[in-house]
Amino acid sequence: MRSKPFLTVAHRLAILAYIVVALFPLFWLLKVSVTPNDLLYSEGVRMWPSRATFEHYTFVIAHSAFPTFFKNSLIVAGSTAVAVTILASLAGYALSRFRFRAKYWIVALMLVTQMFPLVMLVAPIFKMLSPLGLTNSLTGLVIVYTAFNVPFATFLMQSFFDGIPRDLEEAAMIDGATQFVAFRQIILPLTLPGIAATLGFVFTAAWSELLFALMLISGNDAATFPVGLLTFVSKFSVDFGQMMAAGILALIPACLFFLLIQRYLVQGLTAGAVKG
Amino acid sequence: MTLAAHPHAVRPLRKRIADASEPYLYSAPALILIIAVMLVPLVLGISYAFRDIQLLNPFSGGFIGLDHFRALGEDQAFFRALRNTLWWTGASVFLQFIFGLILALLLDKPFAGRGLAQALVFLPWAVPSFLAGLNWAWLFNPVIGPLPHWMHALGILDAPNNILSDPQLAMWGPIAANVWWGIPFFAITLLAALQAIPRDLYEAASIDGAGPVQRFLSITLPFLAPTIAITILLRTVWISNFADLIVVMTNGGPADRTQIVASYIFTQAFKRLDFGYASAIALVLLVLLLAYSMLIVLLRQTLLNKG
Amino acid sequence: MASIDIQDIRKSFGTFSVLHGVDLTIRDGEFIVLVGPSGCGKSTLLRMIAGLEDVTSGDIRIDGRRVNDLAPKDRDIAMVFQSYALYPHMSVADNMSYSLKLRRTAKEKIASAVGGAAAKLGLDPLLERRPRALSGGQRQRVAMGRAIVRQPKAFLFDEPLSNLDARLREQMRAEIKKLHGDLHATSIYVTHDQIEAMTLADRIVAMHAGVVQQVGTPLDLYDRPANLFVAGFIGSPGMNFFEGCYLVSGDQAELRLANGVTLPVPQRAGIEPGATATLGIRPEHVVLDAHGALEAKVDLIEPTGFGIIMHVSIHDVPMKIFTLDRAMLDPGPAVRVDLPQERLHLFGTQGQRVE
Repeated sequence: MRSKPFLTVAHRLAILAYIVVALFPLFWLLKVSVTPNDLLYSEGVRMWPSRATFEHYTFVIAHSAFPTFFKNSLIVAGSTAVAVTILASLAGYALSRFRFRAKYWIVALMLVTQMFPLVMLVAPIFKMLSPLGLTNSLTGLVIVYTAFNVPFATFLMQSFFDGIPRDLEEAAMIDGATQFVAFRQIILPLTLPGIAATLGFVFTAAWSELLFALMLISGNDAATFPVGLLTFVSKFSVDFGQMMAAGILALIPACLFFLLIQRYLVQGLTAGAVKG
Repeated sequence: MTLAAHPHAVRPLRKRIADASEPYLYSAPALILIIAVMLVPLVLGISYAFRDIQLLNPFSGGFIGLDHFRALGEDQAFFRALRNTLWWTGASVFLQFIFGLILALLLDKPFAGRGLAQALVFLPWAVPSFLAGLNWAWLFNPVIGPLPHWMHALGILDAPNNILSDPQLAMWGPIAANVWWGIPFFAITLLAALQAIPRDLYEAASIDGAGPVQRFLSITLPFLAPTIAITILLRTVWISNFADLIVVMTNGGPADRTQIVASYIFTQAFKRLDFGYASAIALVLLVLLLAYSMLIVLLRQTLLNKG
Repeated sequence: MASIDIQDIRKSFGTFSVLHGVDLTIRDGEFIVLVGPSGCGKSTLLRMIAGLEDVTSGDIRIDGRRVNDLAPKDRDIAMVFQSYALYPHMSVADNMSYSLKLRRTAKEKIASAVGGAAAKLGLDPLLERRPRALSGGQRQRVAMGRAIVRQPKAFLFDEPLSNLDARLREQMRAEIKKLHGDLHATSIYVTHDQIEAMTLADRIVAMHAGVVQQVGTPLDLYDRPANLFVAGFIGSPGMNFFEGCYLVSGDQAELRLANGVTLPVPQRAGIEPGATATLGIRPEHVVLDAHGALEAKVDLIEPTGFGIIMHVSIHDVPMKIFTLDRAMLDPGPAVRVDLPQERLHLFGTQGQRVE
């Protein structure tokens, strides 16, 4: 089909508009984070300050609790991603490869957990974790986040397993492997892209979680980035440069993971269930 | 003979148990965790709705029947939150869907640099929700953000004020942030569905003389319809529960004008530590969402039967 | 190497029954081909022998040992899959040595076994490649190599040539036959292609609808098909059939077709006069003869290069003729044919062969 030049130009312009809208807020964050305090108000709507500085970053890194928040978030999101991926690989493999009686109920249970409001669980989970000493603790957060993310990750992993021919593990089993050895040595290595995607999805989700972190964590010591940033905002709500520098720092790991997984995004979201 | 018969008699049973238990061994860790951390609290939460549970009151904990629900029936803030939820969810889903569909259609055409463009327009999806909220709150702040000034220049605002503190307009703030944040999700889902449409259908249609509009209406839309339906259903439920942006941007204010049910539950639990009342609201929300989902499914069924 | 004994094997998925009691004894070193249309249960039977499907009832014995409840890995059999099922993340050498590594075979032994198999199959220059860098024929060879390095008790082949193009299929067919000649390994080969069955098998097991129809040498099945199904399945182009009423007058027997045509047939004791019977004759056995007894209208001529397939009809009953006579490329509107008595097959009311 021949394309008309006018339509082509309109198409590219529309794409460009989307890109501008998508990036502008992030650009603004970056812009304010490098604007020196004395220029902040005088050059309010300028696209780039006449003088840029990294002083907000150095302050945030050297004189605030953000390195702790960052470390906590890294620990929580990293552990959650690894734990979820292990559990979801096992469960996804069971759903993909076995016919068994409870399969229907397991799928139903996992779908239901995707439907009901998680905010319902805030109070009971707090009540359950507090006698176990798991409030105000990173371990508690990891457990909660792992449970929340396992259902979606299971569907995601299942779809990746479904894409690998059954012949392969049958061949391995005839070659002398048990089902579990075939799973570990043949199927898992072939699912590496799926594992990477799952790690990325879960890491991003755990990195971003706010409500349960707010509820379960009170002190600064165990605060994750969202909690720390919000506390910082409500306490020092005038120091915009520092807040935005911290915001940019919080963005980095999420964006890194996004770049890693965005290749699988379309595949992953169609294949798995549908979740934000 | 007994020696030979022995393993035959034992093995099948042991093998049968081993075979039957294998899928359960694989799925057990995930299941146990889901049950312990999601299902049990869900049941507990439902029971809280009928009990007096206040974290700071050591004498609370008793069974109080339907008292919470009676209080809820007279709670004007709750009904306002309910109306706000409808408004918040409806506007967010509608705008996300429209802009997401357009984006998906734009990205479905091959062009040079499509991979890069796709990565850039999907980037907001990776931004943590709390940060998206803060980011937009700052953009709406006339001190450091450009939006009030631009909207004033365009004549939308009388003065470059923060719309987040204007009771009439405040809800548009979180909605704008939500639309920005959620477009990629719709676009990704719809793009995947678009790419699953066999290309030769379009070729056959254009050979048959169908123009671009007819092709869209007779091929694209019918193929996308199931994806659109399920995505909108799931997104509606999800967004009506999505309190992060509101908690971060307005905390329900000004004057409860942006309080939705989900953020109201969180406020009751988090600020007032009244777990019982929070659970009662949550239960009502759950029932409403279930009713909504059932309604949609039934509607779809009747439509399918007619077709 | 081993014998395999199958006794009254049945398989059902839920209430759906796929195999209705199969009995089969495979001798040590024999090459058995399971052939039949798709859905006849041949692959299921093979997978049950491999241990990939549970046995609903009946016994499978390998070398006298009952293996029903053994995992595939404990049965000491090798299998070549239709998709080849090569491990994509392993080199050719690793693919071939995987089974030996799982059995903790010594390194030197693995190396010599892989080297030997690679030499036999001409895979030496490919050992370091990944499967995705191989052509279809090379992948097929690696799949065979993976099976032979182990020196298993038996080889199972599940339609191993279906994914190859026609030329390569012919070549691999010959190689498999040659390999079997070298190794004399007990082999069970599943295919829907009757040419593969005819060329490869020591004995063919023809299956249909979960039931074994006939077991015998290729020529047995060709010359003396046990029933209508085998008669129609073996041979290409397929056998011609005429259904009619079997009548006897004196020492002459004939078949009266529905349209009134009568065809003389040999007299058979196994069939009641007046019963419905089916006459079969292979296209290559119909004799074209200017003085033939029957007139056949020519409907269509299909030259194959090697010979000619003629589609004709005798009083509107269609029939195919295969001939090498090039003159038949332009035979005119009609030809005369004979159906030689010694080439006729007669099948009774139930479709069974009657002698």
